[in-house]
Amino acid sequence: MATSLKTEIGREFEAGHCGKDVRSDLRVGFESRDSGDLEISVESRVKPYYGEAITAQARQVLEQLGVKNARLTIRDEGALPFVIAARIEAAVRRAGLAHGRRALPDEKATTPAPSTRDRLRRSRLYLPGSEPKYYVNAALHGPDAIILDLEDSVHPDEKDAARILVRNTLRAVDFAGSERMVRINQLPLGEADLAEIVPEAPDLILIPKTERVEQVVQIDSQIHQLKKQYGISRPIWLMPILESGLGIENAFAIVTASPNVAALTIGLEDYTADLGVVKTAEGRESVYARTRLVNAAKAAGVQAIDSVYGDVGDMDGLLRWGQESRALGFEGMGCIHPGQIPIVHRAYAPSQTEIDKALRIVAAFEDAKQRGLAVVSLGSKMIDPPVVNRAVKLVERARQMGLVNS
Amino acid sequence: MSTAATRVEVVQNAAGRRVPTCVNGREQRAFAGVNNDSPSGHKAAPPIRSAAAYPENGDKRVPDLETALKKCGLRDGMVVSSHHHLRDGDKVALMALQSAARLGVKDLMWFPSASFPSQAAAIDLMQAGAIHHIEGSMNGPLGDYCTQGKMRGLGVLRSHGGRWQAIQDGEIHIDVAVIAAPSADYFGNADGSHGKSACGSLGFALADSNYADHVIVVTDNLVPFPCIPWQIQGNNVDYVVEVESIGDPAKIVSGTTQITRSPDRLRIAEFVARFLRDTGIMRNGFSFQAGAGGIALAFVDYLRGMMKEAGVKARFVRGGSTRYLVEMLREGLTDYILDGQTFDLDAVRSIANDPRHVATSPFTSYNFHGKGNFASLVDAVVLGATEVDVNFNGNVVTHSDGRLLHGIGGWQNCLFAGCTILAVPSFRDRIPVIVDEVTTLTGPGELIDVVVTERGIAINPRRQDLLNAAKGSKLPIRSIQDIKAEVEKICGGKPARPKLKDAPAAVVKWVDGSVLDTVWQIG
Repeated sequence: MATSLKTEIGREFEAGHCGKDVRSDLRVGFESRDSGDLEISVESRVKPYYGEAITAQARQVLEQLGVKNARLTIRDEGALPFVIAARIEAAVRRAGLAHGRRALPDEKATTPAPSTRDRLRRSRLYLPGSEPKYYVNAALHGPDAIILDLEDSVHPDEKDAARILVRNTLRAVDFAGSERMVRINQLPLGEADLAEIVPEAPDLILIPKTERVEQVVQIDSQIHQLKKQYGISRPIWLMPILESGLGIENAFAIVTASPNVAALTIGLEDYTADLGVVKTAEGRESVYARTRLVNAAKAAGVQAIDSVYGDVGDMDGLLRWGQESRALGFEGMGCIHPGQIPIVHRAYAPSQTEIDKALRIVAAFEDAKQRGLAVVSLGSKMIDPPVVNRAVKLVERARQMGLVNS
Repeated sequence: MSTAATRVEVVQNAAGRRVPTCVNGREQRAFAGVNNDSPSGHKAAPPIRSAAAYPENGDKRVPDLETALKKCGLRDGMVVSSHHHLRDGDKVALMALQSAARLGVKDLMWFPSASFPSQAAAIDLMQAGAIHHIEGSMNGPLGDYCTQGKMRGLGVLRSHGGRWQAIQDGEIHIDVAVIAAPSADYFGNADGSHGKSACGSLGFALADSNYADHVIVVTDNLVPFPCIPWQIQGNNVDYVVEVESIGDPAKIVSGTTQITRSPDRLRIAEFVARFLRDTGIMRNGFSFQAGAGGIALAFVDYLRGMMKEAGVKARFVRGGSTRYLVEMLREGLTDYILDGQTFDLDAVRSIANDPRHVATSPFTSYNFHGKGNFASLVDAVVLGATEVDVNFNGNVVTHSDGRLLHGIGGWQNCLFAGCTILAVPSFRDRIPVIVDEVTTLTGPGELIDVVVTERGIAINPRRQDLLNAAKGSKLPIRSIQDIKAEVEKICGGKPARPKLKDAPAAVVKWVDGSVLDTVWQIG
C-alpha cells in the first residue's frame, strides 16, 4: 500500500487521469526533492479561466500536506477543486509523505439532515469512486440515495486514490436530499476506507460480500470508534450485501448483528456466480435467495433492498423487474444510470387503487378511534389490526413519495 | 490594403459595446437598438443580361471550374461566394478558391454562408495571397487564424438573415457565386434533395443566385432538362460545371442524428418541453423551432410525447430538420415542416418526397429587411449558447476565452420568436456558462426570454407574462443570479477574464446590418 512506501527522492509518483476523453479529472505527477522550494506546472483545458487558481490551490494543498520541496506537474481536464486536492494528496501519499495529514477542501457542502433508519430507499445511484465527473450533478436526478463506490468499480491499484476522492466528495459536494452511502471494500481493505471516510460522516455504509456476523460487528465497532474520535453524533447506518450462498444462509444472523443495520441487500452477479448458475433477465435462479432475504429483513424489522438491473437501455424490462421486486417485498433497488431512477420510483410506488383503499382504511381507523371503538370496520367488513398497520405505513410511504397530499 | 492591425476608429454602440466605424473599407452603422432601424433606398440588383448572350439550346456547360471562373472575368480583389448546405463534406468551395489561385488571382474576398473545419486549407490560400480575408462564420483553425489577427481584413460574422440583408442591401456585392448542386441540368436549374450528394434545401445559395454578377453551378449529378424541382433557377445561372464529386456524402448529412445520452442534457431538454407545456405555449395550432444539437433533438422527443398525451397538434415546425421532426409530420403532430437546413438522411428523403416538408430560404425565414419574416411568427424557439449573462445577453460566436467557436447561423434571427429559450448546461468542464457580462454580444438580452439549465429555469424579468404563466407549475423556476451563484461555488469562484488585445479580429453584425460587437484579437 502507498502509505508503506519509503519516501523516494527524484522519482515521480502519479495520481488521477488525463487525456482527450477524460473530463473533470486531472493527472498529477509529484516528485519530492531535497531543496528548491515548490515548482508547480499546470496544463489545463480551462487554463485561461482557472490556470492561476489551480496553481494557487496546488501550492496550498502541498503546504497543508507538509511538503516543502517538490516538483508538481498537473495536466487538468477541467477538474473541480475538491478533485484537484484529492489527486494531489493521492500522489503525495504514494510518494510516502504526508503522514497523519489531510488536505481537506475549503468548500464545504451544506450539511444534510441526519438520515433515519426507515427513510425512503427506493433508488440508490452508483457513482464509481474513481469517476469524479458524475458526482456534482448526481443528486439533480433525484435518487433517494447516491452510493460512492470504493469496491468493484475501482481498480485495485486505484483504491488509495479513490478513498481520498470519496472523502473529499462527501465533504464538498452537495447531494441535496439524497442519502450519502459509501460501499467500502471487504476487510481488511475496508478498514482503511472507513478511517478515511467516516470523519466526513456518510449516512450509510454498504458492507460487501457479507457472509458472517463478525464482519458486521467488526465494521460496526470500527465506525463506533471513529465516530467517538471525531465527535460525530449523526447515525451511520449499515446495509450488508449478501452475495453468496453462505451469506443468504446467514441472512437473519447478519441483519440482527447490529442495531445500526437499517437495510439488507443482495448482489446478484456474485450470488449467481457462487451458485454456478446463469443470471437471467427474469431472475428465476435467484428467487429463493431474494425471498429468503426479504423474510430475514422483515423478521428483523429492516428494509429489504434489491440488486440492480444491468441493461440500461431496457426501461420496460427494468419496470417489470422493479414491479415484481416490490411484489416480493423489496422496497428499492440500485441504479447504474440516472435514467433508471424515475422508472424505479414508478415501480416501487403503490398503485392508485392500493392508495385509495389504504386511505379509506386509515380514515375508518381514525373514525373508530374518535368514536372510542375498538373495532375498525369498513362497510360491512371488519378490519384486522395488521391490515390497519399496513395501510398506515402505505399511506405514510405514499406521502413521502409525493403521491398523497399531506 | 487594409489589415486587421491597422488603427481603426471605435465608437460605443447602443448596447454599450465598442465597435469599429469602418470595416474592410466600408463605413459601418453602430447598433442603435433592437428595432431602431429605418433603412432607405432601393435594393441592389445584378446587371441586366440578354438571352441572346447565352446558348440558344440552353446548354451552359463548360469543361471545368477554371474555365468557368475565367469566363466570369474573375480578377484581383473580387468577391467569391459559396454555401454550406454540404456542411463539413463540401468540396466545391475549396475547389473554386484553389482554381482561382491557379489562375493567379489575388486578394479575393471569400464570402461563404459558413465555413467548416474541412476548409482549413483556406489558410494556405490566405498566406499565399489568393484570399485577402473571409466574411462568414469561422471556427476551428480558421477561427484561430482570424482571432490571432493573422487575416489581412476583419472577419465579419452575420446571421443567415443578415447575410441575405447584406447582399440585397448592396453592402456586399458578389462578383462570382459558386453553387454546389446535388442535382442540376445543363441550363443551371438546381436542386438539393436528389442525387448521391443530396443535402435537402439549397436556400443559403438563393440570394447569391439572385444578386451575384455571375453564377456558376457545380454538380455531380447532371440530369436532362428540366431538373425538378428547381430550387435555384437556371435563368440566374451563367455556367454549369460537371465534376466527379461535390462532397463527401458521409459528412454532408449524418446517417442518423443522435439524441444526447447525457443525463444532465436530457434533463435540460425535458425542462424545456415541460416549460412549453406548463406555460401553455404548447397548444393546438402552435409552432416551434429547434435545431439538430443533442439537447434540441431530445427536447423534440419529449415534446412529441407531451403533445400526444395532450392531444395537441402544431400548425408548423421549423428545422434544422431531422428524423424527429419528420416522424412528427408523419404522425400528424404537425401540418408542415418549414425547413431551412436538412440534417439527416430521413429528413433529406422526406423533403424530396413529402409536399408538406417545404424548403425555405433565409429570405422567407429570416431577412430583417423585408416585409416581415417567419422567425417572428414562431411561438417558441430553442437555441444553444456558449455564454449568457445576468442580463440575458447571449454569446454564440466565441468561447469565453475569446476564440471564435461557432457561426451565428439563424440564431440571431430566431431571437424574434414569441418565446426564445436558451437551453444550456450551467457549466462546461469547469467553466460557468452564466457570466456577469458575455465575452461577445451576439444577442441582446431583451430578446432572450428563458434560460434553461440542468439546475433550474431562469425567466427574463421583462417577461412578466411568462413568470405568471409558470406560477403554480412544478417547474424549477429560479433567478439567473441564483443559478450563477450556485455554479460559481461549484466551480471554485469566477473564471478569470480573457486577456484580449485592443485590436479587432472580427465584428458581429446585427440582423439589420449594424455592428453589434467586436471580436478582439487574443493576446
